[in-house]
Amino acid sequence: MSATHPILRLESVSKHFGGLRVVEDLNLAVRRGVRTALIGPNGAGKTTVFNLITGVFPVDAGRILLDGVDITATSSHLRIGHGIARSFQNIRLMPHLSTLENVMVGQHCRNRGVRGVLQPVNLVPRNRWREAARAALVDAGLIEYERSTVGNLPYGVQKRIELVRALMAQPRLLLLDEPAAGLNPAETEALQAQLEKICIGGLTVLVVEHDMHFVGALCEDVIVLDFGRKIAEGSPEDIRRNPLVQEIYLGAPVAQPMERHSACSA
Amino acid sequence: MSGYLEGVLVLLAVNVVFAYGGFLPLAAGQLNLGLAGFAAIGAYSSAYLSNVFKLPPLIAIAFAGIVAGAVALIVAAPVLRTRGIYLALATFALGQIVQAIILNLEVVGGAAGYPVAAFIRLPAIAATATVVVALVWLLFATRFGIAVTAVHDDETVADLMGIDVRAFQVAAFALGSAIAGVGGGLYAHHHFSFIEAQYFNISLSITIVLYVLLGGTQTVFGPLLGAAVFTLLPEVLRASANWRYVAFAAALIVLMALRPEGLVTGAQLRRLLGLARAQPRHAEVAAALPKEPSG
Repeated sequence: MSATHPILRLESVSKHFGGLRVVEDLNLAVRRGVRTALIGPNGAGKTTVFNLITGVFPVDAGRILLDGVDITATSSHLRIGHGIARSFQNIRLMPHLSTLENVMVGQHCRNRGVRGVLQPVNLVPRNRWREAARAALVDAGLIEYERSTVGNLPYGVQKRIELVRALMAQPRLLLLDEPAAGLNPAETEALQAQLEKICIGGLTVLVVEHDMHFVGALCEDVIVLDFGRKIAEGSPEDIRRNPLVQEIYLGAPVAQPMERHSACSA
Repeated sequence: MSGYLEGVLVLLAVNVVFAYGGFLPLAAGQLNLGLAGFAAIGAYSSAYLSNVFKLPPLIAIAFAGIVAGAVALIVAAPVLRTRGIYLALATFALGQIVQAIILNLEVVGGAAGYPVAAFIRLPAIAATATVVVALVWLLFATRFGIAVTAVHDDETVADLMGIDVRAFQVAAFALGSAIAGVGGGLYAHHHFSFIEAQYFNISLSITIVLYVLLGGTQTVFGPLLGAAVFTLLPEVLRASANWRYVAFAAALIVLMALRPEGLVTGAQLRRLLGLARAQPRHAEVAAALPKEPSG
């Protein structure tokens, strides 16, 4: 079932920035309920793929299908309502909101319209949205930071708050952009535990990550990008053994380091 | 109550209303330098309604808010296309246009000014100001307050979280303008009133913005505190006669240096209320890490 019914499908998607072809005729499918990793060298276009899926940029060509529904033309602020939530490569929490309020931002897409916007989340102590956000913080072991200003919190804690915020949208598909980058081993372990916990419910996760141990432990599928094209896909084991991947990504026989380096700016 | 004290309190109430008019756009990240224009629209429309249609002042003032808000909705589309310093310039120009139109509008006296027959006294003015403050506080205790702050902090992420950024920007702009209109209406109807377009100049807009910036844009208490301090401080400094404006300006500069985010900030408020847990051990680490948009 999962193979025939991917939750996300990109069909011949291209994106150019000026003369720079960041994503070129990309086809990929993410199987439902499966944790998929998107890997590739710096500048391969991984974050751009996330930005195209979430609508930060329009595609130049191709189609994006979520559960068979074409969302290519759906405006970015409506896509989370279709069930796509994401985290960001560099933490993007709202510095002037408390931890709890940041988490409540994630509920916004389920709380639209005048009545939703006028929900008295900070007025009524037992407001159900507020309680739901607190419960999520308790689950994640972050309730002690509830009222803290997020900018002052440790990096690893901020990353986990970002994850809780994304989950508050109750997504079908969760996009994580380098969730383990910049974390110390203890923080990575805490993040991994949190991710495994949320995946029990069958959530589909697409993750950009450089840490191959992390990918191997978490993901069942791996898709490899290079220069905006898909060059390989398969299980983490297959990918590790794939000579092409070893060459371009793991750097086995160092081909042309200068040329590689020049592509890193994207 | 002495006439002087009542006069100061009326001024305080009007300035507090103006401050909340400035707070809404600033909370959403807009530097609106056309607030005086919306105050003028409110002042003149309420004066016209009470002079010509004999509406009771408080009703006329309510309409003043509606008219100013409606004008803001109409101009929001072109004005809010600009951002940053260009938004400040566009709203500044808007204020100048309103002033110029009123100067040439003979039906409200043009350059000669416009006398207002009806007036209300301190209790009604203070009650109106209280209602405005209460409504803004209530509004910011809802999801609206969170969404507006999110738009202020990071438009891209707010958008991806499902917040209709443009709708909240327009709402903050129009509501702020409506409140400035109510402030203008109050100003027009405080006693012995005679309004003239020259009063609603750029210096009024800047003063309103200063109330908010110096009081703090992050919490609903900032504008109240800012307006109170900057209405009462010149009165307190009155003893030093001609030097009071120098002292006032010096106080402004000292404040900006000491509290660049305003007198009250969100973090400080949470700390003051004893609600925040001890934590900022790792503040240096967080500050040292890059926060650039992803590429």
